[in-house]
Amino acid sequence: MVPLNWYLILSAFIFSCGLYAALGRRNAIAVLMGIELMLNASNINLVAFWRNGVAPMENVDGQVFALFVIAVAAAEVAVGLALVISIYRNRRTVNLDELDILKG
Amino acid sequence: MPELPALPSILELVFLAVALLTAVGALVVVLSPNLFHSALGLAATFFGVAAVYITAEAEFVGVSQVLVYVGAISTLIAFAIMLTRGMMYGTTSQRNRQSGTAAMIAALMFVVLTALMNAIPWPKAGEPITDGEAIIARLGSMFVNEYVVPFVLLALLLLVALAGAIVLARDRK
Amino acid sequence: MMTWSDILTDVQMRLGAPPELEPLARAIAYFIGAFMLVNGALVLALILIWVTRKVVSRIQDRIGPNRIGPYGLFQTVADVLKLLSKEDIRPDNADQIAYVLAPILSVFPVLMTLAVITFAPGFVGVDLNIGVLYLVALGSIGIMAALMAGWSSNNKYALLAGFRVVAQLLAYEIPMVLAMLAPVMLAGTMRTQEIARAQALYLGPINLGLGWFVFLLPGAFIIYFISALAEAEQTPFDLLEAESELIAGFHIEYSGMKFAMFFLAQFLNAFFLGAIAVMLFLGSWQGPFADQIPLLGPFYFLVKTFLVYGAIQWVRGTFPRLRIDQMMSFAWKVLVPLVLSLILAQMIIMKLPIPTWIGYLLILVANIGVVALMLRLMTRYLKQESVGTKRSFTPKSLIGTMAPVNQVGD
Repeated sequence: MVPLNWYLILSAFIFSCGLYAALGRRNAIAVLMGIELMLNASNINLVAFWRNGVAPMENVDGQVFALFVIAVAAAEVAVGLALVISIYRNRRTVNLDELDILKG
Repeated sequence: MPELPALPSILELVFLAVALLTAVGALVVVLSPNLFHSALGLAATFFGVAAVYITAEAEFVGVSQVLVYVGAISTLIAFAIMLTRGMMYGTTSQRNRQSGTAAMIAALMFVVLTALMNAIPWPKAGEPITDGEAIIARLGSMFVNEYVVPFVLLALLLLVALAGAIVLARDRK
Repeated sequence: MMTWSDILTDVQMRLGAPPELEPLARAIAYFIGAFMLVNGALVLALILIWVTRKVVSRIQDRIGPNRIGPYGLFQTVADVLKLLSKEDIRPDNADQIAYVLAPILSVFPVLMTLAVITFAPGFVGVDLNIGVLYLVALGSIGIMAALMAGWSSNNKYALLAGFRVVAQLLAYEIPMVLAMLAPVMLAGTMRTQEIARAQALYLGPINLGLGWFVFLLPGAFIIYFISALAEAEQTPFDLLEAESELIAGFHIEYSGMKFAMFFLAQFLNAFFLGAIAVMLFLGSWQGPFADQIPLLGPFYFLVKTFLVYGAIQWVRGTFPRLRIDQMMSFAWKVLVPLVLSLILAQMIIMKLPIPTWIGYLLILVANIGVVALMLRLMTRYLKQESVGTKRSFTPKSLIGTMAPVNQVGD
């Protein structure tokens, strides 16, 4: 049995990496990659808490929630990348610093 | 002070190796100057996370992770990188103006989360899993009995996302 | 009955390992088992390439390799030695990490399918309770490898071929997965051993071993077979990897052993997809007297798998290739609606309150209806195509016969 804390530390690390990528990178696709890392980190938490839950282990709510998160993340990545491609077609750049037309 | 075991079990050693792979993958995503290498690091991270699920004996979620994330999402991200040839070859910096602040916030988040998690006394748990077949049957029945409304809404969401992505990315000539 | 890993662990304990190292001994036993399976698969690839070349050459009315070794059996060894001795060329601007990783990532999911293939009763690598889903997930790893190969070669033709291969593999993954769902629903489990046991036919106490799922689900079998041909990139779907195409696909910049790995992955993939077809539809080790004589189990399995592999090569030597747009429209417009309606019909029939044998009969009727519909759609589509493409001259004799061709003016 792997102790619960190890899972939590790993997910905290991946979450921090994802947070840095989402906040501190220029390319829009890199920001999306950071968001995916954060979603994966929270999924690891969900599964670890299911594994360390009380009996009976057939209360698989943690796994059900993790599967919902995976499916929603897939939908979000698809729409996000479609947006990025559409922006690239119009503006010829995906550099977030240069996409500031709405700025006051 | 809980006493540590004399020899970590094979499962713990496997978990340590897998966690190392995942952490290295996440660092490659964040720190690599070449965007395509970041995408490869992301695929490695997804593999690592799937292996973490399998060490936690949640095999269905692990295999679904490989199927959806590595098989489809990594390919989608790689396609998007190829179609929007932004900064591939490291000529401009990958970091924006607020990257220093972002790094500090990320480090702070990691420290706070780890401290919190070690401080909370989690209930001692972890029953051994006896019947894997019943868990998968229960997973299926949970989707259509207790969580049927989110399940159907998820199907609707996927349909809308599919149609929306195609409409958004279509050529408008 | 002890499993092989138990026996190996027992042997190591007796050789003098201290009892607290027993998990390590077990891990070593698993490792040795995996090593033997993988080596067996890699040696099998030599036989597979020989079978392919002989079958295709006999269909094309020639003899095939027959110089090296009796009946040309060592031809593949000579080919491998030649490929090993080639210079390892790397393009300058290629992305080095992706360029080197792509062939490895192409072979590795194919070898991982060996873990859940049931060769005999009680003889499976690991009896996962999600065995069939594991096979599906491994199919999607190969897609990433093809994309990496196409991109890292720094060659626009390889990139285009890489995009098209990804489109083809993703399009045909859906009918394949849904057709694999049909026997899983019928057997009620995803474990490969249980699906094999569910294909027994009990006549009193004797197991005749002929209750294969293909007799109940012929439509699902045909849809799975066609999708597996497309997933393994065999003819008629091998526009992107054939040797006679002008630019042979995403592996044109690879030479020597890296190319050999792509080649190996392709042959092993075709074989293992055939093995999955045998496991799910043709009753993996079931056959007459398989329960009494345990050695007949793997014999039946290998005979059936080699017959399916021979059928794949037979199709390869006989059919012409499809164009990429014909391939994609066939997948999306014909296969996906058919397999979805098949699964829907099977689900509804299985939940009706009717006796089991009537349910099986209805499933068989639904399958045959799907096959008939597919044939009708294909013939109508092909007639439309042939009306659309007018030929500049009409040949007046069959190619290959010795009859003289009449002049065009006649």
